[in-house]
Amino acid sequence: MVTFIEEFGAVWGGFLGTLSLTVMAGVLSLVGGTLLAVMRVSPVGPLRTFGTLYVEIVRNTPLTLMFFFWVFVAPSVGLLFPDLGFWPAVTALSIYTSAFVCEALRSGVNSVGIGQAEAARSIGLTFRQSLMQVVLPQAWRTAIPPLISVLIALTKNTSVAAGFAYVELVTVQRTLMTSNPTDGLWIFFGIALMYLVITIPLGVLAGQVEKKVAFAR
Amino acid sequence: MKSEASVLYDVPGPRAKRLDVILNWVFTGVFLAVAAWVIVAWYDRGIFDDRWQILWDPPKGQTAGDVWSSLFTGVLNTLKAAAVAAPIAVVFGATVAIIRRGARRRVLSGSSAVVTELARGLPVLMLMFLAKLFFGWSPLWSVVFGLVVYNAAVVAEILRAGLAALPAGQREAGLSIGLSPMRTTLLIELPQAVRIMLPALISQMVVLLKDTALGYIVSYNELLRVIKTNRDYFGDRYLIPLFLVGAAMFIIINLTISRLAIWIEGRMRRSKHVASKDDGSEAMHEGGAESARYSANTGYGTGGTPGP
Repeated sequence: MVTFIEEFGAVWGGFLGTLSLTVMAGVLSLVGGTLLAVMRVSPVGPLRTFGTLYVEIVRNTPLTLMFFFWVFVAPSVGLLFPDLGFWPAVTALSIYTSAFVCEALRSGVNSVGIGQAEAARSIGLTFRQSLMQVVLPQAWRTAIPPLISVLIALTKNTSVAAGFAYVELVTVQRTLMTSNPTDGLWIFFGIALMYLVITIPLGVLAGQVEKKVAFAR
Repeated sequence: MKSEASVLYDVPGPRAKRLDVILNWVFTGVFLAVAAWVIVAWYDRGIFDDRWQILWDPPKGQTAGDVWSSLFTGVLNTLKAAAVAAPIAVVFGATVAIIRRGARRRVLSGSSAVVTELARGLPVLMLMFLAKLFFGWSPLWSVVFGLVVYNAAVVAEILRAGLAALPAGQREAGLSIGLSPMRTTLLIELPQAVRIMLPALISQMVVLLKDTALGYIVSYNELLRVIKTNRDYFGDRYLIPLFLVGAAMFIIINLTISRLAIWIEGRMRRSKHVASKDDGSEAMHEGGAESARYSANTGYGTGGTPGP
């Protein structure tokens, strides 16, 4: 308890590390995942194949392996980052999370009944109108709760960066626990609290959104 | 792909079909060009030189057998951690789910709810470091501890979703023939919940296997750590072949188990051992088990996506 309060400066630094990683990787993977989802539902065969391959491979690769690639392997093929900790971590997390964002969005599109599109066309809406006014609004509603799940998972996944020279909450946990072995449990719960500060609001938001957009099909 | 049956675009006419063919060729060309460019760029950096010999004729007086046996030790350690953690996690998870559903006392079901919420809301790595630095456990048991605590909570959530998906008549029937709530849960509801949730449970085991790679960070001697050790011994230029072999091993193992989950889900859909809802629809809609696993994984309490 005492250590956690005394060392709160370090904990706060770790918290900011986790938060900046989450935000940066979150934004990038939302963009990347949307592009991938567009590829996976597009009428163009090679794009679909690329999207499917990407998602299949990335979802079956451990995140640690991804980090390992960007930290140790990529520099030896000449891909160098401006720094050692932050950008490799952002790259690994964004590539990994994009696949999950893509799947959440795709499941949203798939959940829209084919009858909706047929009805839209039969009352004479153009392709653009049926997409913008009928299909995507429904797809979006279904996709938001799983998207927030993906962001919560991302928050937890940033902890892997602790093994690859980046200072975030788990790095601080390790340092504090090593230097104050007797106070370990308090440090653990303190750090846990810092994670919950990020994930609980997201969870509550998800619950609210789900309640608001729940609709009968 | 069933591109004909998409909600996003019409069935293509003759003009769209022609455009399709052209776009197919254009994008195939683009992808091939990018791949060729990458290979040429690698070639220029000398990646296809003698460094690949590490896989059959390694330097420093080592034999290929030494390299490969160290890699297989890594795979075995990865599988060992998963094989120890998976059954323990399933047993704990099932126990928590049963207590939450069947216990008469609020204290019991309430406290197990709090424990699951907390355990699945934390990074697995935090739990591993707790075991390693606070309990002072060996790397293997630290890895197992982290995997067990987290996955038990997720398994409990998955089973809870499965129990909730069953038609209410099942529980009512059990209670009305005089079974206690606990025995109703154990004898009637749980077997059916396990059945509908089997695909989700298996893909959660893929997640567990993937998470053993976190053992690298708590210095457990699994596949990734073995690759790092080999790289430190032989030198950085041998990293690429070693890494590609290791990555292929991970991906092949995980893909195999994922495929198994999909195959089992197909079989489940055709079998008739789970009671269907009153309107005759299935207890769990297609893909519902997977989306339940998804929300169980990420730690907020609401259910999966609304089904059709």
